[in-house]
Amino acid sequence: MAFTLYSLIQAAILCINAVAVLHEERFLRKIGWGVDQSVGGFGDEPGIKVQLMNLIRSVRTVMRVPLIAVNSVCIVLLLLFG
Amino acid sequence: LDTLLLARAAPTAGDSVLFEDTSSAAPAMNSQGYYTSGYNMGGPSNDMQGGGGMNNLFADPMANAAMMYGSSLANQGKDMVNKEISRFMSVNKLKYFFAVDTRYVLKKLMILMFPYTHQDWEVRYHRDTPLTPRQDVNASDLYIPTMAFITYILLAGMALGIQKRFSPEVLGLCASTALVWVIIEVLVMLLSLYLLTVHTDLSTFDLIAYSGYKYVGMIFTVLCGLLFGSDGYFVALAWSSFALMFFIVRSLKMKILPSLSSDSMGMGSNAKPQLRLYITVASALFQPIIIYWLTSHLVR
Repeated sequence: MAFTLYSLIQAAILCINAVAVLHEERFLRKIGWGVDQSVGGFGDEPGIKVQLMNLIRSVRTVMRVPLIAVNSVCIVLLLLFG
Repeated sequence: LDTLLLARAAPTAGDSVLFEDTSSAAPAMNSQGYYTSGYNMGGPSNDMQGGGGMNNLFADPMANAAMMYGSSLANQGKDMVNKEISRFMSVNKLKYFFAVDTRYVLKKLMILMFPYTHQDWEVRYHRDTPLTPRQDVNASDLYIPTMAFITYILLAGMALGIQKRFSPEVLGLCASTALVWVIIEVLVMLLSLYLLTVHTDLSTFDLIAYSGYKYVGMIFTVLCGLLFGSDGYFVALAWSSFALMFFIVRSLKMKILPSLSSDSMGMGSNAKPQLRLYITVASALFQPIIIYWLTSHLVR
């Protein structure tokens, strides 16, 4: 399995895209992973599910705009160079 | 900082001389017959400095002027680069990891290959900051992983050359494969430590260091495989795998597993030590797999 750095970047972009397209209302609330369902214990350490929900929410908030730029660049490069 | 101030002071001292004493600039320019008016921009202002300051270095004041200009540009560039880099990672923290000496490196390599007799695994602190690797053999450093990584790449090239399968692209491919595995492992460790809210003082560089220690085992394995054939390879693989697993489990146990004393109410901490133990054991088990994966194609 010979990796290059380029394949790592491709895999990372695909994973972040996958996390960014999870829709809040249509999907996450249905399976109980919405942001308003995470208010849990104060003072005690939050569990894995709460951490994961926070991670998904923060990735979606932070990476929306840079992903537009990165995806456009990727599309142009793939069209030009195959 | 002092050298920067000195370098800054030199052009400004030259500038003050330029602005005050322009009377001798005219004869200096007249005497250099081959300077056309195209050099007016840099000529009159810099001739004086070149002529008066260091005319031992260059007979040509223009080259002198170019050198001073270039050095001031280089200083500005250096400042800008330092500022940008220090936004991403603090250079002081990185310097801590490279503060090693020969005695530390030798002892650490011995511990990596034979950790069973090492007694005290606790990282010593000195007023809340960890001690540098020079003073504490349990501190993690980045010198050994970096050197081991480069040595591994060179050794891979040599092993492939012995089997007549060498080409320069293979070397780059091997290097980037190993680097990608290190990055993947560090990211997975960071993700799992974040998800389980483990409060440790393991920074990213510590994790990179612990990931990089496996290259020492890999070098030993490949060497034995080259010298002693396939049997030697498997023996060395088993030896370095066990040593590395022991080392990782003992080192990470100190940092991840002790539960916090302030808020352990006994309720939520039942699942935590188990999960932390799973992380430690999983990362230890991952090492022999990756050692085998990255070295088996070198020793056929």
